[in-house]
Amino acid sequence: MSNRYIIIYTLIMTLVVSVVLAFVVKGLEPMHVANEEVFKKKEILGAIKEQLGADLTKMGDKEVLELFKNKVEQVVLDANGKPVEGEQAEKISMAAEEKKPEADRHYPLYIFKGDKGSLYLLSLRGMGLWDKIWATVALQDDFNTVAGISFGHVAETPGLGAEIKDNPNFPKQFQGKTIYKDGQFVSVGVIKGGAKDKNHEVDAISGATITSSGVHSMMQAGLTPYLPYFETLKKK
Amino acid sequence: MAETTVSPATQTEKEEWFGKKERKLLVDPIDNDNPVTVQVLGVCSALAVTTMVEPALIMAISVTLVTGFSNLIISLMRKGIPKQIRMIVQLVVIAFLVTVVEQVLKAYNYEVWNKLSVFIGLSITNCIVMGRLEAYAMANKPWRSFLDGIGNGAGYGLILIIIAVIREITGKGALMGFKIIGPSADYLINTQTSALFGWYQPNGLMVLPASALFLVGILIWIQRSRNRKLVDVS
Repeated sequence: MSNRYIIIYTLIMTLVVSVVLAFVVKGLEPMHVANEEVFKKKEILGAIKEQLGADLTKMGDKEVLELFKNKVEQVVLDANGKPVEGEQAEKISMAAEEKKPEADRHYPLYIFKGDKGSLYLLSLRGMGLWDKIWATVALQDDFNTVAGISFGHVAETPGLGAEIKDNPNFPKQFQGKTIYKDGQFVSVGVIKGGAKDKNHEVDAISGATITSSGVHSMMQAGLTPYLPYFETLKKK
Repeated sequence: MAETTVSPATQTEKEEWFGKKERKLLVDPIDNDNPVTVQVLGVCSALAVTTMVEPALIMAISVTLVTGFSNLIISLMRKGIPKQIRMIVQLVVIAFLVTVVEQVLKAYNYEVWNKLSVFIGLSITNCIVMGRLEAYAMANKPWRSFLDGIGNGAGYGLILIIIAVIREITGKGALMGFKIIGPSADYLINTQTSALFGWYQPNGLMVLPASALFLVGILIWIQRSRNRKLVDVS
C-alpha cells in the first residue's frame, strides 16, 4: 500500500471519529451539566443528610434543587475571611480557585437553616493518592462541633481509598468531633493504627494510607480560611 | 449479507449462524483458552478492580462490550486497513468505543458513571482487547470476530468475578456490599457479640492488590491440574 493511501486513510479515519465524538459529547452535554449541578448539591447536602429530615438518596433531581433553593443561604468569603458581595457560592468552583494565588482565592460557605438551628457547610479540597479529593464539612453553630461530613474524589481506588466516600462508617466517625482543643485550633486528625484522642481523631482506612493522610492534611489546611469569619460571627 | 455472495469454492466449510465452530469461539476463552489464566493477559486490571464485586462486574460487562464491538468493527474494516498503521487504527477504534460508552453512561446514569469512570477508561489499555483484534479480528469474518470478542470478554470477566467474590468475602466480610461477618451491629454475624465467631478477623491481605496475584496463581494451578493439556502451553 502506498504512502498516499495511508495518509488519506488516516486523515479520513481521524476526521470521521472526531466528528462523531464531537456530536456525541455536544449532544449529551446539557444532560451532563444538569447532572453535575444536582450531583454537586447532593454532595453538599450529603454532609448533613441526617439533619435534613428526608432521605437524600430517595429525592428526585427537582426536589434536591428545590430544597437547596429554599433552605440554604450562600455566602462567599475572600482569603481574609471577609464576605464578598454580589457573588453566589454555588457558582464557585473549588478546582478553579485552587489554581489562583492564595490571596485571591474565594471560598464558598453554605448555611443550612434547619429546624434545630443553622449548620455551616464548608468546602475543602486536597490531594488523595491518584487525584484530587474534596469534602463538605458541616459545623454546628458553636463553630466547633462537626455535625457531619461528606467526601468526594476523582479517582481513588475502589475498595481502598474510595472508601472515604463509599463506606458510610468512615464519615460517621467525624460526627461529634471538635476542631478546637482548649481554645487552640487542632482540626480532626486521621490516624493510622487507631485514634487515641477521642475528641479530635478518627481511624484511618487500612490499605489506603496515602488517601487517609490526604484527608488528614485537607482537614488541617482546608478549614483555616473559614476560621476568621467564624470569629467575627462569634463576637456578634 | 456476506453469506449470499460466497463463491462455491469457499463454501466447502459450511457457514452457519451458530454452529459448533461458533459455540467453540464463545466457550473456549471461558475455560481452555482463558485470556487471564492461559493467555496471561489483562492481569493488571485483575489486580486493580477486584477488591469488591460491583466494580469487577461493571468492568467485566464494559470490557465484554468493548472487545465484542471493536472486534466487529475491525473485522468489517480489515481489508482496507494499511498494514503499517494497523495498531494505531485498532487503538483509535477501541478508544472511540470506550469514550462513547463513558459519555452515554455519564448522561443517563451519573452516579454509576461517577463511581466507575476510572475503570471504563482503563479498559482502553486492556491488552485483551487489542490482543484479540490482532490475533483474530484482522483475519476473520465479522460475526465470528464478534463472538470471539464476547467470549474473551466473558472469560476475562469470569476470572475477575471469581477473584472479587473471594477477596470481598475474606477481606471485608461482605458480598456486593451486603455485610456478612464483621465487628459491628451492621453485619449479619457480629463478631463482637457472637460466641461462635468471636475469633474471626477479616484478612487484611485480601484487600491489597498482591492477594489477587496469589489467587490468579491458584486458579491457574487448579485449571492446569484439571486439564493436563494446558501444562506445556506457556
